[in-house]
Amino acid sequence: MSSIRYTQDHEYIRIDGDTGTVGISDYAQQQLGDVVFVELPESGKKIGQGEQAAVVESVKAASEVYAPVAGEVIEVNGALEGEPGKVNADPAGDGWFFKIRIGDAKQLDTLMDENAYAEFLKSLG
Amino acid sequence: MLNNQGRPTQPANNNEASSRRRETFTGNRGLQQEEGLIFEFGRAEVSGVDIDEPAQFKPRLGKFERKTPLGLPGLSEPEAVRHYVRLSQKNYSIDAGLYPLGSCTMKHNPRLNEKMARLPGFSDVHPLQPQSTVQGAIELIDELEKWLLELTGMSAVAMSPKAGAHGEACGMMAIKAAHEARGEGKSRHIVIVPDSAHGTNPATAALIGYTVRAVPARADGTVSAQAVREALGPDVAAIMLTNPNTCGLFEKEIVEIAKAVHEAGAYFYCDGANFNAIMGKVRPGDLGIDAMHINLHKTFSTPHGGGGPGAGPVVLSQALAPYAPLPVLGVDKTTLPGKSFTCLIEQEPELAGTARKPFGRMTAFHGQMGMYVRALSYMLSHGADGLKQASEDAVLNANYVRARLSDIMSLPFGDKPCMHEVLFDDKWLKDTGVTTLDFAKAMIDEGYHPMTMYFPLVVHGAMLIEPTESESLASLELFIMTLRDLAFGVLRGETERFTQAPRLAPRRRLDETAAARNPILRWTKPEAISVAAE
Repeated sequence: MSSIRYTQDHEYIRIDGDTGTVGISDYAQQQLGDVVFVELPESGKKIGQGEQAAVVESVKAASEVYAPVAGEVIEVNGALEGEPGKVNADPAGDGWFFKIRIGDAKQLDTLMDENAYAEFLKSLG
Repeated sequence: MLNNQGRPTQPANNNEASSRRRETFTGNRGLQQEEGLIFEFGRAEVSGVDIDEPAQFKPRLGKFERKTPLGLPGLSEPEAVRHYVRLSQKNYSIDAGLYPLGSCTMKHNPRLNEKMARLPGFSDVHPLQPQSTVQGAIELIDELEKWLLELTGMSAVAMSPKAGAHGEACGMMAIKAAHEARGEGKSRHIVIVPDSAHGTNPATAALIGYTVRAVPARADGTVSAQAVREALGPDVAAIMLTNPNTCGLFEKEIVEIAKAVHEAGAYFYCDGANFNAIMGKVRPGDLGIDAMHINLHKTFSTPHGGGGPGAGPVVLSQALAPYAPLPVLGVDKTTLPGKSFTCLIEQEPELAGTARKPFGRMTAFHGQMGMYVRALSYMLSHGADGLKQASEDAVLNANYVRARLSDIMSLPFGDKPCMHEVLFDDKWLKDTGVTTLDFAKAMIDEGYHPMTMYFPLVVHGAMLIEPTESESLASLELFIMTLRDLAFGVLRGETERFTQAPRLAPRRRLDETAAARNPILRWTKPEAISVAAE
């Protein structure tokens, strides 16, 4: 069974056992506008929680994507390099950025679940 | 239709536009002529000048010799003239109309400046000429330095940087040199940058090898001294702050910030892009600033953007003055016995015995001579009181725009005075179906260059308007009435006027996404497209 958690920087992590799939939320892709470039981390890279893992560039702005939890990058979505538009079309599905082996499951408790994230978005207006 | 090569011009879903019938047989619209790329109509066999076939020669390029023809377009002289004149007529410039591009300061370029810059003694000199033959030019640099130091209350100025970001690099290199001289070059590796900063600030810090630590702005759009104090530490080399900031607001706690920065052993870099709002009113030196670049092409009316090269002299505090890059002005007493004259010192050994320890040099020569002449002309023709009035008028004009639009457009930080530029956000556009981008594009149809949009990033859907002091009340009124008409159009629900804009420009809405995702950076001969991959 998988569950999903969100950061205040609008990354999501879909948890499946000790693996997490990271991407940006639907709200984030809407705010960014059409994504034109994605820079992904290298597979095997170890990153800490909150550290920069990827870069997403839209016609409006370039933003960093931070690791929701610490861990090792085990797979990246290479398809985004040729088709960055997938981030807009299906952020929670085909538009995922990378998969991470979760280093410390306790860090997941610092993130928001779906309801809390929805509340958080409301507070942003 | 010409120009269908390499230019994605319309959004794919713009049905109204793609089904639009050709309005004229020629593609021209009145006297606004459709112009192709020069490669599209050039013919190799035509030439505007007669060039003799080269005599027999032995090529010495070896493997670097060209294997394919150069492919230059051939044109007759009138064709070449018309091409570039037509292109120039598509340009929008400060000479054509109000240019409210916030943060860019598109002010009038006085013709007196141009006249002075064309004096042969300034325009026909060469940087490698013996210095004794360009004394007037060197004296002009000296005079300009004095004005810049007087206006800023600083100790030294590095004249050579060629633009704002180049000046930032110069200032930050001086800061790095000062830390290195104290043996703290390695331990101080952080630069504090507020999140409302010009994008060039963090980029400059990173380029010079620093790590950026962001400080958030407060709800009122300014930076608090407390937040800076919390970000400071023994690892901090400097803070980079813009004042007035990119929200068009004066950083009220700047003196306190400077004090905290100095107490922590760091230096204070101020981005001087907005100096045009405070020149003659506030001296950066009095605020505790250690380094600041001055955009001559903004504050001192030299041409800006495509109109001319930038120039970004950097003023330095006493603490940083010794590290100013070469060349520096000095006095030469040796070249002509019995005579002394001002000179540019180009080599470090010549500074032996002085306190100066230049960190290196920023440019091959001394900087933008032509821009120095223009900037000094602006200063001398305005005088000290005139420069002060220019700042006051710039601020007054921005506030006039703010006051006349604040009932309909929304201000992110409340309806209070701004400096030389006024920042609106897109709250007032909410649920109208019109975005900041649409609104800006509709301004093009009305004959105005849009304001700066989506910057600063800290404000949603930002629209940053800087009218500058150049505009008369009548010009401002016309601009304001246009924006009011457009704004009422939004509220009346005339959504198409905006989402389809620009309708009357030579090109309609550009498909920025397609252009960014599939950039075509080279023209390719149509018949050669199939073999272009070779």
